[in-house]
Amino acid sequence: MKIRFLYYEDCPSHDEALRRLNKCVEAEGIGADIEIVKVESAEEAEKLQFTGSPTIIVDGLDIDPPVSPHYALSCRAYRLEDGRISPLPSEAMIRKALRKAKEA
Amino acid sequence: MANLKIDDGAISFQLSGVDGKKHALNDYEGKNAVVVIFSCNHCPYVRAWEDRMVQVQTDYVSKGVQLLAINANDAIQYPDDSFPEMKERALEKKFNFPYLYDETQKVAHAYGAERTPEVFLFDKNFILRYHGAIDDNYDDPKAVKEHYLRKALDAVLAGKPVTIPETKPVGCTVKWK
Repeated sequence: MKIRFLYYEDCPSHDEALRRLNKCVEAEGIGADIEIVKVESAEEAEKLQFTGSPTIIVDGLDIDPPVSPHYALSCRAYRLEDGRISPLPSEAMIRKALRKAKEA
Repeated sequence: MANLKIDDGAISFQLSGVDGKKHALNDYEGKNAVVVIFSCNHCPYVRAWEDRMVQVQTDYVSKGVQLLAINANDAIQYPDDSFPEMKERALEKKFNFPYLYDETQKVAHAYGAERTPEVFLFDKNFILRYHGAIDDNYDDPKAVKEHYLRKALDAVLAGKPVTIPETKPVGCTVKWK
């Protein structure tokens, strides 16, 4: 399994997001390494199709594909299971994506 | 870093609001406190906090407190932060406070705003009494332990010192042109 974690330094949530991702990977018993990519310019954001920080890609698929992607150095909004908006994906969202990749 | 320190006087401004009117800081003379919040549409931190902003205004309006939200973001790079989008957001979330557009970014520069949301709480004499975050948990309103803005408002309204006058604002960076 290939896991990529893309982030923008100026968004404060990336440390917590990476901590959650590591926790979920361990909880799911996945032995994959996480490739961590720091996105540093608008040009890089376009090239990497970076839709905001943090972005987690599991086997080429975004864990929460945006409906209207906009590539920019920005923080990303996740809609949580209870309908709230958060700068962080929930553990449930991360684990769902990891399980789907495991089963594929 | 903010250009205002605690106990500094407010910097005046006049900006257009989503209600079609111009809003000057001086318009709110007579209020017991004015809360200027640098904000925007796209930032998930603002989106996580904006219901709480509405609730603060609801809870404190009868005590003579006025919130003013200001969006200074570059709408070319961040189209969700355009003035038409601001109008839609204000309607959608039923903003009960003016949502103002700092199109030239002069006010944000003058205040030294760095993040959205970023709070500047002024007392009835327009003296800065609190600067920073709304509370200590952007992610989960139910997990808030420190209601920084509310506690500061309570202190200001009671004529007491604010026990935590400054916190680090947490959010997206202001998107400069």
